[in-house]
Formats: sequence, structure tokens, C-alpha cells
Amino acid sequence: MNIKKLLTPFTAWGNVTKDPVTIKDPLNERPGADRYRGFHRNDVEACVGCGSCEDICENEAIDLMPAKDTKDGDSGLRPMIDYGRCCWCALCVDVCTTNSLTLSNEYTWISTDPEDFRYIPGIDKKEWDNNNDKGWKKPEPNYEFYPLKRIQPSHLSPEDRSDSFIEMMHGYSKDQAMQEADRCVECGICTATCPAHMGIPEYIKAIRNDDLEEGLRILYDTNPLPEICGRICTHKCETVCTIGHKGDPLSIRWLKRYIADQNPSERYKKILETENLVSKGKKVAIIGAGPSGLSAAHYLVQMGYEVKIFEKLAAAGGMMRYGIPSYRLPYDQIDKDIDYILSLGVDIQYNINVGNGEGEISLETLGNDYDAVFSGTGLHLGRSTGIPGSDNKHVYASPDLLRWIVEGKEFEVPENVVVIGGGNVAMDITRSMARLQMKKYGKVGVITTALEGEDKMPADREEIDEGREEGCIINPGWAPKSVEIDSNGVPTGLNVVKCHSLFDSEGRFNPQTDEDNKEFWPGTMIIESIGQGMDISYLDGKYKDQLEFGPRGRVQTDEYYQTGLPWLFMGGDIIKGPDVITGIATGHKAAVGIDRMLNPEF
Amino acid sequence: MNEDRSLYPEHDENGKPIIDLESHKFLKLWQGPQHPGITGNMSLELTVSGDEIVESKTHVGYLHRGFEKLLERRLFVQCMPTSIRLCVAEPDPNEYIVSTAVEELGGIEIPDNAKWLRMLSLEMARLQVLLRGVPGQAGTFALGLGYQWGNYLRDLILDSFEELTGGRVYHMYIIPGGVRGNLPEGFKGRMLEKLKLIDEFVVKIDKLIFQNVVFESRAKGLGHIPKEWVDKYGVYGPAARASGVMRDVRKTNPYLNYDQLDFEPHVTTEGDVYARSVVRYNDLQMTVDMIRQILDKMPDGGDIRAQTPNVLHWKIPKGETYVKCESSRGEYGMYFVTDGSDKPRRAHLKGPSYTHANALLDKLLINANIADTAAIMVSLATCPPEIER
Repeated sequence: MNIKKLLTPFTAWGNVTKDPVTIKDPLNERPGADRYRGFHRNDVEACVGCGSCEDICENEAIDLMPAKDTKDGDSGLRPMIDYGRCCWCALCVDVCTTNSLTLSNEYTWISTDPEDFRYIPGIDKKEWDNNNDKGWKKPEPNYEFYPLKRIQPSHLSPEDRSDSFIEMMHGYSKDQAMQEADRCVECGICTATCPAHMGIPEYIKAIRNDDLEEGLRILYDTNPLPEICGRICTHKCETVCTIGHKGDPLSIRWLKRYIADQNPSERYKKILETENLVSKGKKVAIIGAGPSGLSAAHYLVQMGYEVKIFEKLAAAGGMMRYGIPSYRLPYDQIDKDIDYILSLGVDIQYNINVGNGEGEISLETLGNDYDAVFSGTGLHLGRSTGIPGSDNKHVYASPDLLRWIVEGKEFEVPENVVVIGGGNVAMDITRSMARLQMKKYGKVGVITTALEGEDKMPADREEIDEGREEGCIINPGWAPKSVEIDSNGVPTGLNVVKCHSLFDSEGRFNPQTDEDNKEFWPGTMIIESIGQGMDISYLDGKYKDQLEFGPRGRVQTDEYYQTGLPWLFMGGDIIKGPDVITGIATGHKAAVGIDRMLNPEF
Repeated sequence: MNEDRSLYPEHDENGKPIIDLESHKFLKLWQGPQHPGITGNMSLELTVSGDEIVESKTHVGYLHRGFEKLLERRLFVQCMPTSIRLCVAEPDPNEYIVSTAVEELGGIEIPDNAKWLRMLSLEMARLQVLLRGVPGQAGTFALGLGYQWGNYLRDLILDSFEELTGGRVYHMYIIPGGVRGNLPEGFKGRMLEKLKLIDEFVVKIDKLIFQNVVFESRAKGLGHIPKEWVDKYGVYGPAARASGVMRDVRKTNPYLNYDQLDFEPHVTTEGDVYARSVVRYNDLQMTVDMIRQILDKMPDGGDIRAQTPNVLHWKIPKGETYVKCESSRGEYGMYFVTDGSDKPRRAHLKGPSYTHANALLDKLLINANIADTAAIMVSLATCPPEIER
């Protein structure tokens, strides 16, 4: 036997005199590492309840529970964690769209009640909520579970589009649409916010699956004007998109347009299974072929009603055709949507006004001849600022000018124009006038002003930016004082003063101006674009007493847009909004209401 | 003890031992599934004559969790928390093979920095296994002291894992696209301090185990694997290298940035438990050296993850791949099939334990002493969760 090998192991006795390496009181002396994946905490104010954490949890340890008030962009739900299932992998943290969910570095929790271990972080207060900022957070930077950058469709350059009414945005290619659709986390907060509650995650999923026919069916479930909405919708969905908290919100509008663009109109009836609609024999009249009227007509004719639209102008579309310039919404795309609706058997009579005058059809006649009437006559009257000089004949209302452009009516385009207004309609007229000036003079001379400051302007940001790219001067934060008029009765320009704030402390409209800070903007044409008014004089007469009127002269309706007159339904901008998608939503709901009234057994 | 083993028990014409339990010359003895001398949730059905094993059969089925099937029901990123549990003791190779298979089929190229971080976590995982495994081999002969020393150092490595990955055992560090974190501040310095302690440990463990007459006399000649069995029974890793066959995926099929490291896996020819211990003892030293090299060569920060498609509905085109890496037990591979959907069509794990603990162990245990079963089993580094995936 090897004596050395017998004795060598005894050298281990040398450790007897050394201190032990164990920690005496690990619960107190041994905090988790800075990155430790311990118990969950959630900043419930930043969280929007998108549910991505619930989706990614492979153990189904996370359930979303009602915990806050539901509002736009916030489902009101918050994640509840079940520590009977959780494996602390922290994928929920990494996928979080708002970076609100984190793990603390706490790892000991003793309770005799098993129910305790199922809790809503941030709502059920825990000692690790605020004790330190250690624990697992989403690693930075360049670590994202989904691309944050938006895929931009190509568009005409400012030089190419500044004198042209050709559509400026090109649609997505298939690759682009697939990549953009991939960014969706399917939270559905967009659906909740959309006035029409469109199935946005579902149709985006259809794009990912390259099943555009299914996509079209989903679009038409809630919106019969996808080509139009795919171009000019006010996209409240994108404003609340949860991806927007960390990156660019999804281009929901362009994705919708992609589905509609890719489906040829001649296949619509087959895809949407509307080739053989059966009539129920009841008749509905619709006043106005705008978004709400067309939407109501579409759903009513699908339900089997005979629908006839009475349209004042020479073509259908309402404000979509007569209020939106064709560089944003080309006429052939309006026609594609409208022609499909008309092809379902909707009858339409143009150039007929509903009213009590000569050559007009009265509401009473419609009420007698039809089982129900839906009215969506829209806001076609311009509003005036009422400032001195605004009654001059060279001071125009934007709806008139926009309509003239569509109709091809000749009017004088001066070298210098001043536009008053900061909404999308103001941007439309600004950019339309700029195009006309560019064609005529080779240069742009439009100054647009708004009471609101730069970041409070109601217009879409891209509208403002694109307008500036096209050479328009958009100068917000000024209040119009008076229109300067020369001896010939022609305006020479607009006097403005600086506007500091719009609303007082109680939220009432009360602009505060600095009278010393004033400017004069030259222009021989002044355009007022500060909102539109409605003309509902056709209601005058024997029915007026049966209707209830609310603020700003709006007729009061129930949730199905039924008025005090049981057979009269009203929708669109005169009731709610104003915007296209709200009009579509009201038309759809009213169609359901009409069906409920005429077919009570259902 | 019956010295002439060819005489007893008698064998039939097929070469099978004739075992008549009624004769009272044999005894059925179950080792496991609950038994301190078993490497996990499996059991050995031993037929013994006296204290000598005449027949052995490995039984598994105590731990069947159907992980491979579970992966088929999970999104690719959701495969990670499940797949790390395929082998509990060393989860990082699981993370690596699943992530790499997903990346390969999904066409993702990971950043260089992430490659180094992956290597670091893989080598740290090997280190923590060997810190327990090398002295653990002596533990099977009731020499438990080194095991305790090793466990302390393993805990220090787990502390480092906690710093780097946020977890001590289930690291969830390597995910499709890259890794989940850069080195924390001061990590390199602390790691190098710990490696110094391990250097001292390596010297001490040599005195405690390899300069130990008990270990030497018990381990030498025990569980001998002839060189020709390496291919016949599918022997991998340190066990193959102890029988004179060079098998180390890092060397033979370099992955990540292993080709940039300078290392030479130890090969010896004796093929017994002692030789396997020596090989793993050398692996331990080599791993310490490799971690030093990695810390020295890796970049200071950088991108940790390539941008993947949205993980919540990442669809991977139809394809199949086999990805392998070197775990502390040997070649560890994943056969992965995708069908264009957002979940794997098939995931199949190929670890060395399957062959080691079933066919090979049954063979090695014949004529061994009951007291040596644990030693043979541990020397093959069998891991039941990896057999029953």
C-alpha cells in the first residue's frame, strides 16, 4: 500500500482552523442580485392592460383582472400573477409593451394562506413595490420582442406632389404589409377605441396569414368603406396602439387599405357572400349618401331591406367626396366602395334635396312611403369667425371651396391666401390651395393659422408636416382679429394677435390673447375653416315638436340612433363625431336599430 | 466471491444467464427510485448473488413529463422555460440548443457579443456541474468532504449566474436571437477572484481524491469501458475520452466562437471509473482556463440580441435541423422540425444519458459489487430528466 496516498487526504484537517463559509442569516444578509428575478411588481399607472404578459406566459400563471377604470388606450385590466404556476422566467417583463411590469429582487415570502400567492402586482400592495429599483427589468438596449419601428409605405416626394392632386401615399407591398402586421401584439385596445369597433387584430392576423379574403370579410363586418377609411380615417386606433408606448404605433390604417386594395372589386360579392341577398319586403329611405348613410344602406340591404338613398348632390360620398382632396382620397377608390354597396341593390336618387321647398321631397312623404327613414345629412355649412371684415365676399368657407375643387368650378386663385383653422379640413384646404397656386404661379403663398399651439393642433401630425413640406406656412398660436379690406372692397390680409391659451381653468372655451404681440399676414383671399355647421331645416314642420334637441342643436337619439319619431333614425356628423369612422359606426348601429324595430321578433 | 465468473451463473444457449429465483441463490434488489445512491428519478432492478450483480435492468418512467410533446404546443419563445428543465443540473446547453435550432431555421444571425456571452454561460454551467461532479465521484465511495467543498464553490458560481442572468438554477439566459443581458458591472473581476479560489480547490481536491488510496483502490479497474464499446454503445464526452476516443463537440465541430479558444480536451485510455474521474478533473481545470480566455477575449458590451420577428406569432418556415453542443456529460443535441407554423412540429432531445444509463449501465454493472453501482452510474454522469424528456 502506498503510505503517501494513505496520509495525503489527511491534509484536509488543515481546514479545521478556518472560518466557515456559510452565511449565518441568509434571509437578512443575502439580498437577491441586482438582476434577480424575484416577485412581480407593476406600475399600474403606466400599464395599459394589453395582456401581452398573459399571452407569453407558458404556464398560464397570468390572468388579466378588472382593476382600473376602462378608458381609451387602457383596458382597465391588470395582470394577476399566480405563484402556484409562475416559473419566474420573466418573459412577461421582456414582452411588456409599456415597461411597467418588472420583477423585484425579493425572494422570500411567507404566508399561511395559499390565496395570498395569487395577487395583482401594484394593486395589492407588497413591501417590495417600492423598496428599491433592483430586480429584473427589460434588458437595454436593442432588446425587443417585436420590432418597434414602423414600416413606412413609399410616397410621392414634396416636389412631385406639390402641384398635383394625384394620390401621394402609395400602399404597402406584400412584404411591407407582412412586416408591419408582424408587429401587432393583438391586445385589442384598438378595437375598443375604434368607434366602429373594427376587428383590427383579426384583420392584421389575416394579413400575416396572407388570407386577404378573410381580411376583407372582417373589414366588412363593421366597416363597408374600407378603401376610404384605409386612406383618410382619423385612426384613433393608432393613437392608442400599445406598441406606441415604446415605439411607433402600428400603421393600422395603411394595413386596412392594403387588404382593400389587394381584393379586386369584381370578387367582392363572392368573397363577402352577398351574391344572393333575399328581400324581406320592407323599405327604408336614407337621406344623404355620406359615410353614415352608406353604412346604414349597406347593412340594411344585407339584412334584406329595400333601401333607397336620396342624395342632394350629383354623386355619392358626401364629405368624403366633396370635402377631402383627391391627393388623400382618389375618386376611383371612393367609387370602388360605393359601387359595391350600390351593387347590392341599393337604389339611389341624385340631385334631390329633402326639405319643404319647391322641387324637394319632404320628410313627411318619406315617412309615409317608407317603413323607416335614416338621415345622415352631415355638416356642409361653413362656420364664420365673425371677426370684422369676415362678411366680405372674398372671405370663403372651406367646405364651399373644397366642393368647388371637386366639381371643377372655376374660381380665382390668388397669389396669397390666409387660412384660419387648425383641423384636418383646414389642412385640406391649405394644401389644396397650395397645389392650385403651384400650378398657376409656380410658387406657394398660403399662411395657415390656428388658435391652438403647435402641439395642441387638432390636425393629424403628418398632415401638418406634409403641408409644410409642400411649402405652406403653418403658423399656429395666433388669434384672428380682423380682415383688412382696401378701398376696392378686396381683402389685403389678416390681422392676428398671439394666443396664449384656449380654455380657462374650468375648461370653458375662453382664448387669452396678447394684444401687443400682433402681426399682419397679407392675402387677397381669406378662408375660414373653423368647423362646420349642419342644415337640418328639413325637420321643420309638424315633426319638430316630437324631436328633442340637445346642445349645439343636435337631435337627441337613443343608443340605436332612434329619435323621438320612432320611424326616424339619425346618424353621422349631425349626431356624433365628426369623422368618417364615427359616421360609419352610427349608420351600422342605426341599421341594427331599424331591424330591431321592423323585426321585433328577432 | 466466485472468482471464476464464467462458471456462475450458468448461461443458456443464447448467452443469457439462467436465473431461478426459487433456487434462493439469487435476490431481486431494487436500487431507486428513492435511493441516495441513484443519480435521479430512475431505478435499477438488480439481480444479485451475494453482493455481486448478475443482471441489471434500468427502469425509467418515474419522471415522464413529456417535454418534447409540450414543446409542440408552445410558441418558440415559450419553449425556453420548458426546455431548460430537460436537464436540471445543467440547464444552459438546453437553452443553447433550442435557441440555436430556432435561429437556424428562422434565419437569425446573432450578434458576436451574444456568442461570447453564450459561451461564458455554457462554460460557467459546465464549471458548476464539475465542481460538484468531480468530488461527487469520491462521494459515491463515502468520501463526502470534497463534495461539500465543491458545493461551496458551485454556490459561488451560482451567485455569478444570479448576477448575470437573474436566476441561480434556471437561468433563462440564452433565448432565440441572443442573450438576455450584458455582463453586469464588475462581473469580470469578481469572476476572476472566484476562479482563483477554484484553482486552490483543484490542488486540494487532487490531494483529497487522487492522492487517496481508498479512492484509487475502489475506482481503478471499476466499470471498464473498452474502446470498441464507445461506438457500439454510443458513449460520449468525458466517458468516451477516458476510453481513448476523442469526443468533444467543441473541438470536433466548433460552434459559437470556440474555435477562437485555445484548449485541448484530456484523453486517456484506461476506460475505468478512475480514468473518467481524471478526465473530468482535467475538464474542470480546462473550463476554468476557458472562462479566463472568454473573459479576456470577449468584447466590452455590445448588442445582446438580434431583432427577431414578433415572438408572439413568430412563424418559422418548414425545415429541420440537428443542433448539438458539448455538455458536461457529452454531446447534447436537439433535432428540431418546423412546419411553417408558430410552434415546433417536433423537438427531439438526444443526450448522452439515454445510452449511458440504459444499455451501457446494464452491461457495466454485471459482475460489479452492489456497493459500486452508484460509482459506476455517477461516472457516466447519467441524468434521468434527460432520458425522460
